Amino acid sequence: MAKTLFQKVWEAHTVRQLPNGQTQLFIGTHLIHEVTSPQAFGMLRDLGLKVKFPQRTFATVDHIVPTNELKEPYSDPIAQEMIEALRKNTKDYGIKFFDTTTGQQGIVHMVGPEQGITQPGTTIACGDSHTATHGAFGAIAFGIGTTQVRDVLATQTLALSPLKVRRIEVNGKLKPGVYAKDVILHIIRELGVNGGIGFAYEYAGTTFDNFSLEERMTVCNMSIEGGARCGYVNPDQKTFDYIKGKPFAPKAADWDAAVARWKSFASDAGCKYDDVKVYQAENIRPTVTWGITPGQAIFIDEKMPALETLNAADRQTAEDAYKHMKLSPSTPIKGTKVDVAFLGSCTNGRISDLREVAKYLKGRKVSASVKAIVVPGSQLTAIQAVHEGLDKIFTDAGFEWRGAGCSMCLAMNPDKLVGDQLCASSSNRNFKGRQGSQTGRTILMSPLMVAAAAITGEVTDAREVFKV
Amino acid sequence: MSLAKITQVKALALAVPGDDIDTDRIIPARFLRCVTFDGLGEHAFRDERTGPDGKERAHPMNSAQAARIAAAKQGVMVVGFNFGCGSSREHAPQSIWRFGFTALVGGSFAEIFFGNSTALGVPCLTLSKDDLAELSDFVQKNPDVEVTVDVENLKVSAGAKTWKADIAASARNSLINGKWDPIADLLEGASDVAKTAGGLAYVAGK
Ligand code: SF4
Repeated sequence: MAKTLFQKVWEAHTVRQLPNGQTQLFIGTHLIHEVTSPQAFGMLRDLGLKVKFPQRTFATVDHIVPTNELKEPYSDPIAQEMIEALRKNTKDYGIKFFDTTTGQQGIVHMVGPEQGITQPGTTIACGDSHTATHGAFGAIAFGIGTTQVRDVLATQTLALSPLKVRRIEVNGKLKPGVYAKDVILHIIRELGVNGGIGFAYEYAGTTFDNFSLEERMTVCNMSIEGGARCGYVNPDQKTFDYIKGKPFAPKAADWDAAVARWKSFASDAGCKYDDVKVYQAENIRPTVTWGITPGQAIFIDEKMPALETLNAADRQTAEDAYKHMKLSPSTPIKGTKVDVAFLGSCTNGRISDLREVAKYLKGRKVSASVKAIVVPGSQLTAIQAVHEGLDKIFTDAGFEWRGAGCSMCLAMNPDKLVGDQLCASSSNRNFKGRQGSQTGRTILMSPLMVAAAAITGEVTDAREVFKV
Repeated sequence: MSLAKITQVKALALAVPGDDIDTDRIIPARFLRCVTFDGLGEHAFRDERTGPDGKERAHPMNSAQAARIAAAKQGVMVVGFNFGCGSSREHAPQSIWRFGFTALVGGSFAEIFFGNSTALGVPCLTLSKDDLAELSDFVQKNPDVEVTVDVENLKVSAGAKTWKADIAASARNSLINGKWDPIADLLEGASDVAKTAGGLAYVAGK
């Protein structure tokens, strides 16, 4: 019988049926970080249990690390306490830790792929909702809570129910100045922020075939913003090329067997999907959010929706959103004044994002009224960017160049909005208060759109600013 | 490990209306800067409850009803659709539970939030849109009437009214059989785990 990748990976990792009807699923790779793991290690100790597969557990520190302070102890004692807790836990249990001193630290969803830990046909869990990022490689990857982190530490398994699979096909060629970020914002806008509940999203079609692994990661990353716990792209030659030679990739002697195995996990031709949606790439334009959920999005040249055009439930959220955002229905979003520009995060903090922006940024200057920061998602990305001279292009333009971490994506470190500042952000969430100020405002967009906002001081169309 | 069998929760209720209430609103990220869950209860919905000027805002969680629930350490929160969307932080259901809520009723719940709550022994039941509106209205008008969240028989009742409710079958099973923390079951499968692991080349480092 023809099967989807999701079904094949699920079957290969099924341990047994649990009494409540759920599946005990083996988790091949467990990624942990400082925010959601300390309580889990605490529970483990309370129960007198050990880490079952320390060699399949990998740790990094990302959320709380300051990006402008390299020496420890950090001026924030809580950040210091959290990093030290992770050091102790990984040492006590023999877990590999990509610490700040290794040159390999970074946002957990960047470290996995960079190290070759993220592989097709595997299961990956992490106490972080953006774990679906790893699905770009054809892995079944999802976020879990802290009690589940404990479950994986103790047993390397989880109690789960299978998901339905929705194939989301995007075909054709994106117009210049339109990016993977616009594709996923568009999909969420179309299907809604809870449209994916109960589903795994399989992203496919010629647009995805042509996407680099980094572009695929940007899309998979935001599956959860559409309500889907997990999203993936079937593995292909690009996937294998990306993994080859990475530290944790299969060795030369095992390589061919690994590739054959990975290929076998791809969804079969003629397999059944629970739902299929099809979009045309040419119809997608640069997309920005105007509200407080990622689904409240429009094309840059559209007007924000009139309340009368929304159904009753959406209208309430929209009213709340307009109030918080200090924006008005039926007016253009273009021209909205921007105070901060944030380029980074596990959605768009990769080397290809920095390269794309740097290409257009040369010779341009950040508006005097804007504070602009660029935060590479990982130390390896930062090192590569410096090697290519990208940091110089950013700083010459007036961006602050920072150290690796989550930074202003969720502001658990000192990078925060102040008061009702409005931030043009390449991150993934525009929730109220997300960027560290209760009244702060976030507009999600692609990295190049962030750069355009930084330069002009307002939400604008990057295609016009940069003559793309 | 023996856990309580959660067949029903009967307690005072508080309506916290609104759809797409995300985990950043339930517990702002600054309260994630911790290595234990202790003390999270008092910060549930912190930025909704307290304005930037430090003054209390009009919010259900600031009401006398909320205070009664906090004191009783028992209560039903009546919410909207897509409640708990956003991050996987267990801090969100932990803060609600530690505040005093022992069951939630809503239109729909984000999946990770739902799983995290179940693992704490906090049932999250869903009602149809119209029924939910009716319940929410009832609760706001009758703060002294206890609401019964019947996990076993899939219904919610208050006063003379009863509404048909739903919850994933596996969660219902776990809750009513006192198996909502899956760790015991998962540990029991150890020999099968070894078998599955043995069949996976990448786990062996290949
Ligand atoms: S960059 Fe943002 S979304 Fe990604 S892991 Fe960090 S905080 Fe979460």
